[in-house]
Order: sequence, then structure tokens, then C-alpha cells
Amino acid sequence: MKIAVCISQVPDTTTKVKVGGNGKSIDPAGVTYIINPYDEFAVEEALKLKEKNGGETVVISVGRDGVKETIRKAFAMGIDKGILVKTDNELDSYSVARNLADVLKEINPDIIFFGKQSVDYDDSQVSTLTAEFLGLRSVSVVVDLKIEGSTVTAEREIEGGKEIVTSSLPVVISAQKGLNNPRYPNLKGIMQAKSKPIEEKQPSFTDNKTEVISMRLPHGKSKGKIIGTDATAVPELVRLLREEAKVI
Amino acid sequence: MAKILAFIETRDNQIKASGFETVSEAVKLAKELQCEAEALVIGDNAVSSANELGKYGISKVIAVENQRLNKYSTTAFAKIAAEICRQKGFDIILLSATAMGKDLGPRVSAKLEAGLAADVIDLKVENGDVIATRPVYAGKAIIDIKITSSIKMFSLRPNVFKAEKVEESTPELEKVSIELNDTDFGVQVNEVTVSNEKIDVAEANIIVSGGRGLKGPENYHLVEELAKVLGAGVGASRAVVDAGWRPHSEQVGQTGKTVSPTLYIAVGISGAIQHLAGMSTSKCIVAINKDKDAPIFGIADYGIVGDVFEILPVLTEEFKKLLSN
Repeated sequence: MKIAVCISQVPDTTTKVKVGGNGKSIDPAGVTYIINPYDEFAVEEALKLKEKNGGETVVISVGRDGVKETIRKAFAMGIDKGILVKTDNELDSYSVARNLADVLKEINPDIIFFGKQSVDYDDSQVSTLTAEFLGLRSVSVVVDLKIEGSTVTAEREIEGGKEIVTSSLPVVISAQKGLNNPRYPNLKGIMQAKSKPIEEKQPSFTDNKTEVISMRLPHGKSKGKIIGTDATAVPELVRLLREEAKVI
Repeated sequence: MAKILAFIETRDNQIKASGFETVSEAVKLAKELQCEAEALVIGDNAVSSANELGKYGISKVIAVENQRLNKYSTTAFAKIAAEICRQKGFDIILLSATAMGKDLGPRVSAKLEAGLAADVIDLKVENGDVIATRPVYAGKAIIDIKITSSIKMFSLRPNVFKAEKVEESTPELEKVSIELNDTDFGVQVNEVTVSNEKIDVAEANIIVSGGRGLKGPENYHLVEELAKVLGAGVGASRAVVDAGWRPHSEQVGQTGKTVSPTLYIAVGISGAIQHLAGMSTSKCIVAINKDKDAPIFGIADYGIVGDVFEILPVLTEEFKKLLSN
């Protein structure tokens, strides 16, 4: 079974965001980069599938040379090989997906995993875009996945509930938290990660469809009122919510 | 001249609240651009929605009906939406950034080679260009974004845009049939389980969220009781989701849901940066926490520094009294 996982590198979720000098993206100074948290569920699901069915796992990413660190994190978890479409340009979701699709066309995997969104631009677009560019079926925001032969049954999260979706291989799946518990790399995995191969490719598509005009920080809320220190403050709180804030 | 299409999401032939927000915004944008706006409804009884959409000022509704479209199918819906745009020459498409819209939008955008600004919280027109405002890094920053392709798509965050009724009119209804085959249903929803009692945090107007301060899952009923009285959605901090007290679908924050309700009540939540990113755009924030230095008080409009076990039941009772009057 050929299993592909598309991953991205994002600032650590504890990062305090500052706007960079260009006024359009964040200031990278002092930022620690990690594997996108949702991609860890994608990697874990790929590894589980390989353990069950055999085959090969490959991760693909689009980005700067520094993304290799994140690819090695996936190696340490157990992924076999990696491909980096190397570019210093800011590509939007459309362009990233086109590049991924061009790489995936050559590999022709049975199943392709993504995280449901990258926690930087929060676009939730790349998995479904890639599926459409490849002419493949897809299920997004998956919290449970069963594959029997070529039949795929997935549970996806919707507002206030779940959908049970059926499809068949080959398929694109985007992983939501809850799908599994990602493993921690062990020492052996970390050692092996250093010698696993990363193939570099040139981007095949850079014609972005969107353009960021400016970035700013949200209006900082000014510190509000502390109304009291026990339950006697409750009536005043309720009054303020009704009469001052007018939200009740 | 631009031509706007609003894709309207329905569930069991009922228009979702976000659908009314989308149609309203389409009407508003059409006025600013001085162009036409029409709505698209897909389903097994799509025509039934048309008159209701008229209340929001849309002049025409396109209905695509097929028995097999009673539940969502990513491939079939995308084919229909893209086909309608091509046939009718729409070049601005609005849809909701819901579970369905987030799945459908990118597929349609790939088919039409269109840029898509996702999870937009504001749209404005500047020199004829539609500029979208959207949060990034879960709301730690905000960007203005422009689409450079000829067809432009925007998915609107639910609960942010206003659904405004205007003078009632009966819109023109056009039924369009699009040929669909088995491969278009290669992905099919077979079963939908939705709790009618629970309000999802992504759609809730009021949210009551709990954190570590509740000390254990057995005390979460205090949060649920308050939420019930307020008709609110129940949320949770990452800490209590990771501890297994609450399901991930309730998590608010950078690796959960980003929300902008009218009122957000944080109970026993200290306010880690990932959590604040996900809810700081709420219109009014109330924090109840025993630690006066908790970061949540830094963004709260109103706070009570005290014991949640003492305060919460009193608060629930007080709201009950107020709302029963």
C-alpha cells in the first residue's frame, strides 16, 4: 500500500504573534517552528495503516529549507521517506495544493492524509483542493476511519454532530483531533530519522490566486471591571450584562 | 459587471442560520457593487426554501433538485455549484465557512480556478475590489486579503454577518437540472447524527466554557446547567479536553474552534494564549476564576475573582429568574 501524508510547518501554538516589517506576515524572529498539530494525527493514521497492511509511507511538504526539520520529525515518528518542494516564496493554499498534486500524481498513492487545517493561515483548503486537482474522492475533518479492502468508512465532524461517510480507495482524508493518539518518537526513531532520504523538488506552480494586503494585530481589549470576589457580586454582573453590555 | 451567487446551506430542507447570513451579505454586497445577486439551493426539495430567502431581499433563487441530493456529497455538490457558475456567469461566490462550506468551497475553487478567502469576518469594497478581512493564527492576527483570479470566492464565518430581513418579496424561482452519475456520488453521507439539544460552539450566540478550575468532569454539570438556562453552547479549554473530561468538539482555541459569540462566559479557565486566540473576538467576555492574576481577566469585560463552585449555581439561578420574567 502506498500511503502519502502532506504536512506543514507552523509556529508553535504558544507563539506570541508580532507583525513583520513588510506589514503582511508575521515577524519570524524568535519563533519556534513545529509540525502542524493536526498533521500529527495524519502521520499517526498513516503509520497505523502501514503496520496493518504493509507498504511505504512518504511525507510531502512545500516550503523553505527549514521545513526539513519538520519532515525529520515525521521520520522520527516512523515515516519512511520525504519530499520537499523547496521555495522561499509565500504560496497560498491554491498554489500549495497544485504543487502537492503534481508531486502526488507521480507517486499515485492509495491514500493521502492531511491535517484538517494548518494552524497558521487556518484556511482548511489544501486537502480538498489537492483532491480536486487529482480528481480524487475526499473526506475532511475525520475523527474515525475504517478501511476494509477498498471500502472506506469515515466519521466526520459537523456542527453539533457527526456524519458517517462512505467512499472507496484511492481517497484523500483530512484528520481532526480525536482520530488517534499520535505516538512520541523513540530514541531509535530519532537516530534513524537522520539518515532517511529527503528528495528536493522545484515548485511547479507559483501563480497565487490571493494576495495579502496587510496584517495587523486584533484590537487589544482593555482590561474590564472586576465586580467582586464572591457570589454576592452575581446580581450586579447580571445587571451589567443586561443594561450596560446589552447581551442578555 | 459582477454577478454574485450565494450558496445556501440546508439540512433536511431547512435553511441553516448561516444560510440567511450568506444571502443577506450577498444582497448587501450587490448593492455596493451595483450588480445582481442570486441564491443557489441544492437538495431533494430545494424549491421549498425559495420564499423564505425572499425575506432577505434576494431577487432570484436557483434550485437544483435530485432525490440523491437529500444528503451532502462533496463531489456532486461541487459539480453542481461549479456548473451553475459557468452556465450563468457568476464571478463572486459567497458561502458559509461551516463544515459543509469548508469542504465544498475549495473543490469549487479548484474547478473554477478561483481564489478563495476562507472564514472571512468582514467584506468591504475598495476601488471596485472586494477586500476580505479574516483572522489568521486562530485570531492572534488579522489580515486583509484580495483575490486576484477572475472568479472570486469568499466563505463567511457563521455568526458574524447579520441576517437582515427586508421588505418581503417573492423571488423568481428557476429550477435547473444538472446531470449526475454514480461517480459524482463517490463520496456519500449515509447517516447524520445531530443532537437537537446541544448547540455547537461554532454556531452559538452565547457560550459557557469550563476549564481546570472545575476540578473534575463530575462538576461540569454546573457549566451545562448555566448553558441550558441561557440557551448557550457548552465549550471547554484544551486542558480539560486533553484530560478526557470533555469531547474535542467542544474545544475552543487554536487547536479547537475559533468563536465570536455575543457573550462568552469563561468558568475556571486561566486563559492560555491558545485559548484566548480562539475566543478574544467575542463581543462580551465574562471570567470567573479564583486566581486574580489569571490572563483571562486581561481580556474580560467583567470578572468575578472567586470560587466557581459558589458563584456558578447563584449565577444560574439569577439568570433563571431574569429570563423567566
